[in-house]
Amino acid sequence: MSISNRPVWMGRPSLLTKAAKGFAVAVIVAMMVFPMWVVVATSLADTEDVVANGGYVVWPQRWSFTTYERLFSTGMVPRALAVSLGVTLVGTALSLFVTIGLAYALSRPQVFGGRPVLLMVLFTFLFPSGMIPLYLIVKGTGLINTFGALFLPGLLSAFNLIVMRGFFQSVPADLIEAARIDGAGELRVLLRIVLPLSKAVIAVIGLFYAVGYWNNFFNAILYLDDPAKYPVATLLRYFLNAGVSVNAAESEASAVVAPQSVQMAVVVLATIPILVVYPFVQRFFVKGVLTGAVKA
Amino acid sequence: MAVAVKDPPRRARVAPARVKQPARRMSRLRRDAILVALMVPALVWLLVFPYGALFGNVIAFKDYVPFLGVWQSPWVGFGHFERLLGDPRFWDAAANTVSISVLQIVFYFPAALGLALLLHSLAGATVRRWVQSVVYLPHFITWVIVVALFQQMLSGTGVLNGWLTGAGLEPVHIIGNPDAYKPLVIFQYIWKECGWGTIIFLAALYQVDDQLYEAAAMDGAGWWRRLWHVTLPAIRPVMVLLLVLKLGEILSVGFEQFYLQREAVGPEAGEVLDTFVFFTGFSGGDLGYAAAAGLFKGVVGAVLIYTANRVAHRLGEQGIYQS
Repeated sequence: MSISNRPVWMGRPSLLTKAAKGFAVAVIVAMMVFPMWVVVATSLADTEDVVANGGYVVWPQRWSFTTYERLFSTGMVPRALAVSLGVTLVGTALSLFVTIGLAYALSRPQVFGGRPVLLMVLFTFLFPSGMIPLYLIVKGTGLINTFGALFLPGLLSAFNLIVMRGFFQSVPADLIEAARIDGAGELRVLLRIVLPLSKAVIAVIGLFYAVGYWNNFFNAILYLDDPAKYPVATLLRYFLNAGVSVNAAESEASAVVAPQSVQMAVVVLATIPILVVYPFVQRFFVKGVLTGAVKA
Repeated sequence: MAVAVKDPPRRARVAPARVKQPARRMSRLRRDAILVALMVPALVWLLVFPYGALFGNVIAFKDYVPFLGVWQSPWVGFGHFERLLGDPRFWDAAANTVSISVLQIVFYFPAALGLALLLHSLAGATVRRWVQSVVYLPHFITWVIVVALFQQMLSGTGVLNGWLTGAGLEPVHIIGNPDAYKPLVIFQYIWKECGWGTIIFLAALYQVDDQLYEAAAMDGAGWWRRLWHVTLPAIRPVMVLLLVLKLGEILSVGFEQFYLQREAVGPEAGEVLDTFVFFTGFSGGDLGYAAAAGLFKGVVGAVLIYTANRVAHRLGEQGIYQS
């Protein structure tokens, strides 16, 4: 620690304190990282390795990409990945569109109908939709067994809306007034002033929506009859649920590679997109989470 | 997560509210036409899904027959609710839900606070950022994968038992053991959410005035006394608020985690209210009865959340609803 910003009054921590802290941090990080490592290692291990070890591998004797090659040759997993990607992209875009529109309108003072609409949104916080009535609505709107059922029922989150509205409200009113006086319409103010100033909150809320869609396995179980339409999280659930004997469609693959490797490879494939986006959005987390959140 | 809705102070209206005539309303609508148009997509969605579902709750008072549909099915009044009150499976689920919630509060809060204090005390900014990246990550991993990870680590053929038997010790029965179920789900919850939970505590910790620490240190207070007399009092409002709001959500422990693991331990130990609704409705085929259970939970939950918010306001904090 060459550059230390420790104030003088704190004193130098004893070696023991330092060691204890370092140990605690190491244990916590290991508890998070080690299970993920085992997953990656198992997915990349040879069949013999996995079988000899009883189902998992901490460090493969021989690295092999056979599992992944097999998975991509069967068609089921690539299709599920494509479904997940499509639902995530379309769902996130629509969610952001709807959320930004409502949040901006509700952030303007004295907007027509603003109060009742805000109360309507807040009420959904207090009383979330029940699973059964929502199912009947999805059925009534003819969405059963369509991809729309995977994102339309949860298009808008009241939490995200309120965070975004809070952020929009923090845009200096003078700035907006000045633009209005210069003749800019509301739409222009939104697109040219408010949105460019709100990149952080849009990034975070976009991430929240995207992760929500990518990770959702249950909507497909509830609303889809046809397993061929399943997104990857739902497919994974079935692989894991079936235990060692993997789904029939995978049997040709599992004849050559260990079923555990198949499961773990799907876990890896389902996690990679999140890992890819994560570093880019991470620096906005605190801003996004705390905007409109508890103020100490 | 707690949210404060802050409305700008209502400005004095140009005209007194009393003379709100249709003509004025029309002119306001014309003035705000673009803003209203921006609201319309969300409004349509709200009316179809959450509010459609809200009215769909009438099914809780009906004997739902699929081919008759919601409207044609015969009314049963409060019949489902009476049955619910005498159903031991429902009370098992309710008891599991509440006890898991309480355990979550008891173990998750100190864990998140402790981790936040540890992160706060790390002097090197680079190390802290890296550790934060790692501990926030599990929040973004789906429960399907979290459950799979835990199975890989703790099941009969998992890593832990591999090590134990390798060292000549007895293997431990964790996954699929009803007695170990509650500790397991609490531990999973802490593993997944504890890091994310530190964000709010860290924000509060960074707002503590450094001069307070300095003064305390001058007076000879060591690390523990600074923690007890400066840090904890300073972040007490956040802790109280989070606690109150969490108590308001005591009937919601999350659905997915329990749906995924209920089968392994059986309904007696593993059922919570949300899974009760699902399994009675879709596996049992009794949609009306399941909807009644869901509605019961929803109404009690709404009362609890509302009360919790009132209490938060009473304590001088911002809750979710603030007019």
